[in-house]
Amino acid sequence: MEQAELVAAAAAGDSRAFEELVRQTYTDVYGLAYRLTGNEEDARDVVQEAYLRAYKGLNRFRGDAQFSTWLYRITANCASTALTRGKKHRHEELGEDTPLADARPDYDPEAAGDAELLRTRLNAALEELPPRLRAVVVLRDMYDLPHQAIADELGISEAAAKVRLHRARRRLRERLFPKSDEETAHAV
Amino acid sequence: MQCDDVARALPEIIDGGATADLALRRHVDQCLRCQAELAQYRKILRAMHQLRTEVLEPAPGLLADILAKVEEAGERRAVRSLLTKRRMAYAGAIAATAAAGAAGAVVYGRRRLRTA
Repeated sequence: MEQAELVAAAAAGDSRAFEELVRQTYTDVYGLAYRLTGNEEDARDVVQEAYLRAYKGLNRFRGDAQFSTWLYRITANCASTALTRGKKHRHEELGEDTPLADARPDYDPEAAGDAELLRTRLNAALEELPPRLRAVVVLRDMYDLPHQAIADELGISEAAAKVRLHRARRRLRERLFPKSDEETAHAV
Repeated sequence: MQCDDVARALPEIIDGGATADLALRRHVDQCLRCQAELAQYRKILRAMHQLRTEVLEPAPGLLADILAKVEEAGERRAVRSLLTKRRMAYAGAIAATAAAGAAGAVVYGRRRLRTA
């Protein structure tokens, strides 16, 4: 059965259809939840809450977007709620403007040309971002959610979402491609 | 336009979210430093898209936990639905009884009037 048919069946009360939808999507949704929360325990809670909300709100899903996109939005909202509820996270104490020190400042992944290594370092850099910045850059640059959808689910204005996105991108670049002393001097 | 102005604008334009104005494009065309910075942003964006395809496997048991929670919610919903139907049936019965009583009172009243 196609996903659209499963959604229609589940909305009509077929619990088996909803179960199949969960089976098809939960790994992906967990991936997003993990990237947003930065730890496994919170990610599990977020995923369970997201599917519960999806189940209760399935008759409100209009089908004008992909089911997965709708799930991403719910997951983003649940993760935002979980993080603002005060769940402690090891990086929350970092402010948005706290500079991130690179453990290997002399290493240049661009010169190495190693895409795999860049992804590994990007993963680490994402984990080090404050959750507020990480959420927007993950939702926009990884999951392609529109600015307005991101703003809605995080409970902020679209302008604020864009500001956070640009700040996050800048922070990632600074982290992954640190300027040499000469460049820093030139910039000043 | 200075490199610092371009550096501030680059995070906005790398995914086409905002249009680069002519002055910015001209500067980037002629400035190796800004071209390098733009290339770095694009590399990061590509790497972000590639990360999207990486599967993060959850620990075993998550699927079962989700399904159990949903099933529990489904049962609660079914119970609520049943209670709502019963309440509606009771309310209907009470309304029917009241209507019958009122009709009886009207008939009784008319008979008494006729008798009088």
